[in-house]
Amino acid sequence: MAAVQSSGRTAVNRIAIVAVIIATLIFLAPIYWIASTAFKPRNLATTVPPTVLFQPEITSFIKLFVKRVQLNKPVDEATYAAAPWWEQRIYDNGERVLRTGDNVQFSAYPNRFMNSLIVAITSTVLAVGLGTFTAYGFSRFKVKGEADLLFFILSTRMLPPIVVAIPMFLMYRAVGLTDTHVGLIILYIAFNLSFAVWLMKGFMDEIPKEYEEAALVDGYTRMQAFFKIVLPEAATGIAATAVFCFITAWNEYAFALIMTNRRAQTAPPFIPSQLGSGLPDWTVIAAGTFLFLLPVAIFTFALRGHLLRGVTFGAIRK
Amino acid sequence: MTSLATKLETAAHPARRNGLSDLSIRNLFIIPTVLFLIVFNIFPLIYSLGYSFTDFKASSNAPANFIGLQNYRELLSDEKIWANFVITAQYVIVSVSGQMIVGFGLALLLNRSFPMKGLVTTLLLLPMMMSAAVVGLFWKLLYDPSWGVINYALGLGDFAWLSNPEAALFAIAITDIWMWAPFVMLLSLAGLSAVPKYLYEAAAIDRAGAWYTFRRITLPLVAPLLLIALIFRTMEAFKTFDIAYIMSTQPTTEVIAIRLYKQAFQQWDTGKSCALAYIVLIMVLAITNIYVKYLNRVKER
Repeated sequence: MAAVQSSGRTAVNRIAIVAVIIATLIFLAPIYWIASTAFKPRNLATTVPPTVLFQPEITSFIKLFVKRVQLNKPVDEATYAAAPWWEQRIYDNGERVLRTGDNVQFSAYPNRFMNSLIVAITSTVLAVGLGTFTAYGFSRFKVKGEADLLFFILSTRMLPPIVVAIPMFLMYRAVGLTDTHVGLIILYIAFNLSFAVWLMKGFMDEIPKEYEEAALVDGYTRMQAFFKIVLPEAATGIAATAVFCFITAWNEYAFALIMTNRRAQTAPPFIPSQLGSGLPDWTVIAAGTFLFLLPVAIFTFALRGHLLRGVTFGAIRK
Repeated sequence: MTSLATKLETAAHPARRNGLSDLSIRNLFIIPTVLFLIVFNIFPLIYSLGYSFTDFKASSNAPANFIGLQNYRELLSDEKIWANFVITAQYVIVSVSGQMIVGFGLALLLNRSFPMKGLVTTLLLLPMMMSAAVVGLFWKLLYDPSWGVINYALGLGDFAWLSNPEAALFAIAITDIWMWAPFVMLLSLAGLSAVPKYLYEAAAIDRAGAWYTFRRITLPLVAPLLLIALIFRTMEAFKTFDIAYIMSTQPTTEVIAIRLYKQAFQQWDTGKSCALAYIVLIMVLAITNIYVKYLNRVKER
């Protein structure tokens, strides 16, 4: 009987593992498709039936970074031979790179990517910094109405972006903060601060109080104990919180769409706007998407032990 | 005991007089955050509450006139707004129930040991970490009627997912399920791994059937985490903007956040938008309240 049961269980296990493999493949297919489109030649990107096997190339990434125009006649051989390899790829596509004098003109993409980096990094540092202090305050000291205060802090995170954006837009317009990095950074700090407080409070609660108390006995001030004992202990938690805040700011769309249009525009509103009118070059869009998603994918792996905690605001820790 | 020791130390060590008192450190650590959130979240909301009683249009220089509750009255009797709420509700139901089923199903499959389990789990979690706007964009590529992979794989010919008024909302919901089922999976896995093994062994000894074991042991123990996932995803789906806005321009996919965006930033009907924003806000806060209460309860266990 027992043998029958265990062989039955093995069979179930085998089926489940096959199902896991199939489900994983289905789940990853969209990501694979956007990544593979980024490496396709343009004429293979939108074929019927879809092209699966092809010679990968990086032309789309070159096209992504430079401004280019259609050539009306083929380029002469001497110019082609003199051009660097990446410019030849552009010529191969019947286009040429725009230049001012000798300098290559860059497309908007690198600028938008930089904006995303500036806004996400700055807002993350400030939100996590402020959030760490606050989390310590809540974790170690008695605060009157603590539960209500923490609910208030979390509820700011739950506000729909569009609801906050309407008055913020009017205020930013009045003080000239629309389409600036600072404007977006403030919004992202506000958005991430509550998250940082909740997550960091969980990490702080896990650091035994005795550590600081021992330090206090040794004559440290509370501040010294915080900086020299607690912060190093909380380093992993701070790093995980920072990565979560970075990803949130990096991915944010609604505020960026409303508050920026050119100078401070980040990648999420920019990338879809490339679709525009006419025939979009999907290989270039895919290349831009691929580069944009890459840091998030890497961070997901770095964070894998903390994902559960992160998505539940630190409530569930296993 | 330790706190008593600390108190004694505080009294006995005048050396600490140079340091700030615990009370001032507490205030120094907490007050800036609370102030920041009040200035940049609560103050704007008060500001827009004021505007919600006016006919203000941000696109014109005309001063705002106080019109009392007229915006709210108009909104609540506007059939189009109700239609947006109905679309939102449909979206929430389809998308969240899809996520629950797929996510929990995946968790049941993954809840066993097999080679490279950690890698597979992390790979499955990738979609939820991505930007919804960009996900929406590349699913447009997959859904393309003439050369999209989805139509080719399913043999649907040139079925226009996103410009078909009937199908568009489902197409967006499928994308959302793809993106957020991993979230449900993650929480379910945590719940499943917490079910003590001896319960299953006891059930096996009693020769309980698989279904009975599932219904009487697995489900009740995972239920709290499933409920957290359910409430959280409901709240998020209710607020959906990015995916739907990017993927489709059909009136049948105009969820309430899109309606609000258009009214505020395309028609510049600012006063009325502020009123609508408040209606949405109250609904979101109600769900948030339930969520946080429940989260705290599960946390205490």
